[in-house]
Amino acid sequence: MLRLTPGDPAAILAGDAASSEQIAAIRASLGLDRSLPVQFAIWLGNLLQGELGQSYFYKMQVTTLIGQRIEPTLALATLTILIAVVVSIPLGVIAAWRFGGWFDRALMGFSVIGFSVPVFVLAYILIWIVSLKLGWFPVQGYRRIADGFFPFLHHLILPAITLSVIYIALIARVTRASVLEALGEDYIRTARAKGLPEMRVLVRHALANAAVPIATVIGIGIAILIGGVVVTESVYAIPGLGRLTVDAVLARDFPTVQGVILFFSFVYVFVNLLIDLSYVFLDPRIRY
Amino acid sequence: MNRRFAAAIALCLVAFSSQAQEKVLRVVPHSNLSILDPIWTTQFMARNHGYMIYDTLFGTDEKNRVQPQMVDKWTVSPDQRLWTFTLRPGLEFHDGKPVTGEDVTASIERWGKRDAMGQKLMTFVERMDSPAPNTFRIFLREACGIMLEALGKPSSNVPFVMPRRVAETPADRQIEEHIGSGPYIFKRDEFKPGDKAVYAKNTKYVPRKEAPSGTAGGKFVYVDRVEWNLALRDAQAQVNALAKGEIDILERPAFESYEQLKKADGVMLVNKDPLGFQYMGRFNHLHPPFNNAKVRQAAIAAMQQEPFLRAQVGVKELYKTCASMYTCGTPYASAKGSEVQSKSNMKKAQEMLKASGYDGTPVVILKPTDLAAIQKLPDVAAQLLRQAGFKVDLQAMDWNTVVSRRAKKDAPAQGGWNIFLTAWLAPDVWSPLTNAALGAAGEKSWFGWPSDAEIEKLRDQFARETDAAKRKAIAEAIQVRAFEVGTHAPLGEYVNPYAVRKNISGLVVGSGDTYWNVKKN
Repeated sequence: MLRLTPGDPAAILAGDAASSEQIAAIRASLGLDRSLPVQFAIWLGNLLQGELGQSYFYKMQVTTLIGQRIEPTLALATLTILIAVVVSIPLGVIAAWRFGGWFDRALMGFSVIGFSVPVFVLAYILIWIVSLKLGWFPVQGYRRIADGFFPFLHHLILPAITLSVIYIALIARVTRASVLEALGEDYIRTARAKGLPEMRVLVRHALANAAVPIATVIGIGIAILIGGVVVTESVYAIPGLGRLTVDAVLARDFPTVQGVILFFSFVYVFVNLLIDLSYVFLDPRIRY
Repeated sequence: MNRRFAAAIALCLVAFSSQAQEKVLRVVPHSNLSILDPIWTTQFMARNHGYMIYDTLFGTDEKNRVQPQMVDKWTVSPDQRLWTFTLRPGLEFHDGKPVTGEDVTASIERWGKRDAMGQKLMTFVERMDSPAPNTFRIFLREACGIMLEALGKPSSNVPFVMPRRVAETPADRQIEEHIGSGPYIFKRDEFKPGDKAVYAKNTKYVPRKEAPSGTAGGKFVYVDRVEWNLALRDAQAQVNALAKGEIDILERPAFESYEQLKKADGVMLVNKDPLGFQYMGRFNHLHPPFNNAKVRQAAIAAMQQEPFLRAQVGVKELYKTCASMYTCGTPYASAKGSEVQSKSNMKKAQEMLKASGYDGTPVVILKPTDLAAIQKLPDVAAQLLRQAGFKVDLQAMDWNTVVSRRAKKDAPAQGGWNIFLTAWLAPDVWSPLTNAALGAAGEKSWFGWPSDAEIEKLRDQFARETDAAKRKAIAEAIQVRAFEVGTHAPLGEYVNPYAVRKNISGLVVGSGDTYWNVKKN
């Protein structure tokens, strides 16, 4: 699809004052004057040898570029999901437990807001309050874990909180619905009739039986986060895979676009596989 | 055991304190750095990267005079066909090898294959040699008036001096090694595209004695490292980071942030480039309706500068109209020939369009939606041209699509174009040879491809002429003819001050983005 758009990487590479001849020469040097099937065959041939090709712009291997960007994106996705899971599951369980009460209604209201507020609006509000006014966190940037755990966490926590809001809303809603469904089952009534403490009923029986859809949502969330945190990465200046993808698309850096899309596809497949495998542990009735 | 422990603690403290004392200048450049070869591309970021690590034979000071930089002295033969240059002592590449005349000639040769002015200069060059390690000579076929102007040109492509082995890279291929003899050393191992570029102080660099001015004078370095933050590209996030002191310098902040930055604590605005930029509307001369000079003139008459400047810049103190196609305030600037635009109005434009025989062919204007510096210009152009009587098709796209589209010679209906708008840094348009829009060699010239034998003849004369007064007269004649032909419409000038923390001083006045002489207290 990208190849069908009018962008020409050679013209972008050449700069403002380049002549048509210079652009044509660059196009030839990149192999862009060949037909699309030939270019694709070359790329496929290289791929079979483990090569994703070289970025037109950075003159670096696409694998190296992806390697440089994995850590920030993975760290942000992991912390985001961690915060989202830790916050949303208890909230969802309590809302289901107190179905129809003020807590349930408040959580549902929050989840609507969580879905509706654009990430960048939330980011700017949080930056204004927590970074500029209170001075607790930096407004931008990323520190690699190798630079120390505290700076790493200090720079990551605000973007992760920003991004986690939507996932808290999503997971809390799914948890509430699943637990609510489970709470209506006969085995819950049996558990309560046996005199089990309510906490045990909720966690051991209701939540455990509601875990499959929750795990599915968390898994999808991870997969989306790996490739879809562009706005957060932009606002907080995090050099992750999302920005790399957008930059590559805008610059028509075809080898990089192809490389990251392949990588994202692999991540989606891998995460989905893990989710499917997790069903076996979450629900012993499931067999493959 | 205790002693070992104490020694380890002491070592850590020493390491920590030396790191803490290191002065790091944290800069957010105006764009991303992707290409590291400033000769291969004309991108400004590649040029700025070049200024960090390479040195130049000549520089251009803030008063636009060419001054020696790596060159110590030079002589010209009476017939002006032999130029002999001597390099100043102490010049050394980052790998410890001395800079020689052979490095210089190889660098000029490669630059001369890429740069428009370099190509012009090379048409006069018969050969170059290096009779001694610190000397190089340029033999000309005939005298020309652009030698120093070309070697000292401050903007893309700048004739940076590279080691011979690097400069021998074919001009159509990018260099792989990034070693110069400039004031900073590029830390290739720390370069993360789209994230950061790091430059360490070149402790062996010997600056000139003169005060820094433009790209000339002493390149004194007062910080240990300069870090370009390439990830911070959101305009509001940039302002926030500067206000909080997380960055030291923000190159060319958005005009929308101007008032906020003026009021921000600990931040000041520094106009280090008083000549600034010139906006330009470029016509495609290959296709209707702008293959007709009278239609182009009507469009120029309609495209008054003030509305463009007011819409795009908006801050009165940052812009001015300029009747000249050459940067106002520079030697060749002149109002001659500009009456078609400067003394016109909408009524006149409408009359001119009627008289031109315009048949209602739609005008395709390319509008970049993601380049804040110019994205409002096409809307203004569309409105003014509609008022004049043109039928307009304003097409929105990302900047890189504009860049690709404008290189296409196809008819507008087949993916081509009629008008695009852009901005140029002052040195890029201050002379008939650097101003790409004045080239009129048909399909060989810059996008828009005007064809006019008279302009080309005059530009050739300009290159040959050695007398300053005569050069000025030729430059004026070129401009008069360019307005007649309607090569393009100059759309006014603006400055874009840097926003910097108040503990930063010493930014050198002049065109371009350079980081020598900058102090961080």
